Amino acid sequence: MRLGLILGEAGSGLRRNVSMVISVILVTFISLTFVGAAILLQMQIGQMKGYWYDRAQVAVYMCTDVDNTGNCTQAAATQAQIDNVEAQLDSPTLGPFIEKYEFETHDQAYANFQDQFADNPIAAFVTPGDLNESFRVNLVDPTNADVLIESLSGSAGVQAVEDQRGLLDQIFSILNAASYTAIGVAALMLVAAVLLIATTIRLSAFSRRRELGIMRLVGASNRFIQTPFILEGVFASLIGSVMAGAAILAIVKFFVQGYLSTSLGATTTLVGVSDAIVVVPILIVVGAALAAASAGVAISRYLKV
Amino acid sequence: MIRFDTVSKAYPGTTRPALNTVSLEILKGEFVFLVGASGSGKSSFLRLILKEETPTKGEIHVLGQHLNSLTNRKVPYFRRNLGVVFQDFRLLPNKTVFDNVAFTLQVIGKSRGFIQEAVPDALKMVGLAGKSNRFPHELSGGEQQRVAIARAVVNKPAILLADEPTGNLDPATSAGIMTLLERINLGGTTVLMATHDAGIVDQMQRRVIELISGQIVRDERQGGYQTQAIPVQSFGTFASTTDSQGISK
Repeated sequence: MRLGLILGEAGSGLRRNVSMVISVILVTFISLTFVGAAILLQMQIGQMKGYWYDRAQVAVYMCTDVDNTGNCTQAAATQAQIDNVEAQLDSPTLGPFIEKYEFETHDQAYANFQDQFADNPIAAFVTPGDLNESFRVNLVDPTNADVLIESLSGSAGVQAVEDQRGLLDQIFSILNAASYTAIGVAALMLVAAVLLIATTIRLSAFSRRRELGIMRLVGASNRFIQTPFILEGVFASLIGSVMAGAAILAIVKFFVQGYLSTSLGATTTLVGVSDAIVVVPILIVVGAALAAASAGVAISRYLKV
Repeated sequence: MIRFDTVSKAYPGTTRPALNTVSLEILKGEFVFLVGASGSGKSSFLRLILKEETPTKGEIHVLGQHLNSLTNRKVPYFRRNLGVVFQDFRLLPNKTVFDNVAFTLQVIGKSRGFIQEAVPDALKMVGLAGKSNRFPHELSGGEQQRVAIARAVVNKPAILLADEPTGNLDPATSAGIMTLLERINLGGTTVLMATHDAGIVDQMQRRVIELISGQIVRDERQGGYQTQAIPVQSFGTFASTTDSQGISK
């Protein structure tokens, strides 16, 4: 009886306020889509970190004829210098940190370069001698790169010791910035959504002020009076949240999995539908909780006795 | 039943209080008229009983409840023991007569079975048994007020507050409403009615409390609208002075 009555009141409020309810739905939809996109971007960053940090190497570049940076004096590293670096990598001080290392010769570097820049005119001008020989070192723990950098940077014939994670961090900081932007937009939109829900509920309460007055007069409990309004707000924003969830799933399925993964190839892992499925309930809970809170605050004015 | 103990009510931003040290007691089963000019504090008096307002000073007890310390959460449950009728009826235009009366019971969580029994009883009591499916705009003013009275008494309240219930009605219709209120009073319900209608007050010869500028200037058993006996001047102030003397001794 009471439940039916409360649901009926909420339903009639929604019908009376259709245009406001639609705007609540749209604003929650957009804002929560941004929230979901931000969460997905963070997940993407996490996944890429996991993927790339495992593969990130420390490169020890040896001098070439043309270098005069680092310890180079425009003379190629001698075989003795190369052997010295290799000996250091094998030494008991550095050895425990190193999982494995490879030596890349001029010719291998040239082959890789031609491969990577096949479509680029620069490929025609580069000779094997221009490219550094290097040690590609995989560390047991990639965060210990500084140890290698400190001990090898000073060695003769070493042009530079580079932690490739530094390059990755730039990419991650770009992605991070994007996700913070999304969060910022989402926050603004959520503020708009909350205010809009509050306004909608006030309007709804205003159009029912006669009933509310009589309810208060005859002693309807506050809970009984406020529940239909809260349900009204929650219902509208739930529709928006569900739409946002569907949008997130669609983005992952059709854009990320469908478009990005084919155009980027197998260069990196991307978030999948299973990640998106984790995001959807978060969006729905956030949407419902915000709507309940703002509707509750909006209606509280009508509950003052 | 209703006891005011040196109650003052001042609204924010006004210098003159709406009620000024009012003390009185209304007993169970009484029929009381509250008379006085507009702005004399009648409505404030009723609103204080309903706890729509809290007094600035003084203590109010209604139905054994100390209203000053009644929490907001408990106010709705307290109001279920009061019925209220207004000059402008305050019916819901989109509900039938039956639904208007049933609404009161629905929102306080009464069962369907109880509503099906109590509403026809109340409508029969006010003489609208055959009109339960009409809408308020299809009824005359007197009939609408009867619906409002049915709504006020359907939950068998101990006190019925009526704020100028005959203010919008012609004398003949008013007389009908008064007969109805009298019958409700005979059933044991305390009735407190604010009114400007001198004819009704004179004819009924019930207890009359007169307010002028927020003070009780007359509290007369079987009084008329205008005083005939020597008025009990400033009853409230008098009572409070004796009280304070008692304490100072």
